[in-house]
Amino acid sequence: MIQFLQYLGKSTRTSFTKLGRATYFLLQTLSGTLSVLLRPRLLLNQLYSVGVLSFLIITISGLFVGMVLGLQGYYTLSDFGAEETLGVMVAASLVRELGPVVSALLFAGRAGSALTAEIGLMKATEQLSGMEMMAVDPIKRIITPRFLAGLLSMPLLAALFSAVGIIGGQIIGSGLLGVDEGAYWAQMQASIDFKDDIINGVIKSIVFGFVASWIALFEGYDAIPTSEGVSRATTRTVVNSAFSILGLDFILTALMFGDH
Amino acid sequence: MQHTSTQDTFVGLFVAAGIVGLFFLALQVSNLSSFTDGDSYTITARFENSGGLKPKSPVSAAGVKIGKVSSISFDPKTYESVVQMSIDSKYNTLPDDTTASVFTAGLLGEQYVNLEPGGSDVYLQNDGKIDITNSAIILEKALGQFLFKSAEEKK
Repeated sequence: MIQFLQYLGKSTRTSFTKLGRATYFLLQTLSGTLSVLLRPRLLLNQLYSVGVLSFLIITISGLFVGMVLGLQGYYTLSDFGAEETLGVMVAASLVRELGPVVSALLFAGRAGSALTAEIGLMKATEQLSGMEMMAVDPIKRIITPRFLAGLLSMPLLAALFSAVGIIGGQIIGSGLLGVDEGAYWAQMQASIDFKDDIINGVIKSIVFGFVASWIALFEGYDAIPTSEGVSRATTRTVVNSAFSILGLDFILTALMFGDH
Repeated sequence: MQHTSTQDTFVGLFVAAGIVGLFFLALQVSNLSSFTDGDSYTITARFENSGGLKPKSPVSAAGVKIGKVSSISFDPKTYESVVQMSIDSKYNTLPDDTTASVFTAGLLGEQYVNLEPGGSDVYLQNDGKIDITNSAIILEKALGQFLFKSAEEKK
């Protein structure tokens, strides 16, 4: 019993210590923003590996998610003779929820795990300490550009996901199932509000990009510098990112769309 | 970095694609292009009952959307529903004896304000008031009256 209490107290304390380290790490990362903006080349390279390399998985997944929404929505809506509102259903679910959330989950799986593994390996092979020896701040040189790249890519990827998904829904809805194309777009335009739906979706994706990049970079930076430690850190990145994204999505949805 | 220029091109393409996606969402998916808040004027109508009307419900004349409901409030003195509508300033020739009615569109029951222009030469200005209004038809009320009537006829 005593042992159990000891274990409980220890693990609670460890997790709080970790949260504290993560916060300190985040502040350090943010303080490097200015020096990265003075060297945009670093940021550009990371935009390539974080953003461009995630482009394909995001667009293809977006297309298929949109097509599935078109198919399922049609079956449900046609029971009520309301096939014309298919566009509204596809667009609202993509722009408000699925676009930011699914693209953030994919982003955590594709880019986040890669970031953790890369930084964990840098730590394991003592590249980070090597940099410190040369009086180069590894946070400013390595971490901040990756963080900013994640923050910038995420809203773009989410917007692409939603846009491609809506087109996918249209291909299935009006191309295959015979929903009127004009009604698909017109009903959508009448119901989707720029400020309430699209801007809120973009805000969501920025928050998710922030959290997913933070977790990925911190787990890599905090990894035990062995091959096993790096593999565990990578797993933790994906698991923790998924939890935080879904949990935050609930909170953000309640805040944004709660009052109507 | 060896392939910097190809990398630059890809990053450029990626950013451009993302921005195109955002523009697509803003212009094609949302109602940003069809109606903006910038150039509009406000008119007020008082209804005995505004039914299921909500802010952002459409305001139309002759079936064409010309504005939207901006706010609905309850007047505690006259017990009326005060509906403020913002009308696109393109349509500034509504006569001051225009009739406003709350109608239901479609089966799913979206409610909207229909404006029926009268014959006056004086046009409604900003903060103008519509005096002639028809309340929303409440289904339960209509049904109740109908049942009452048919019961009376049987007697």
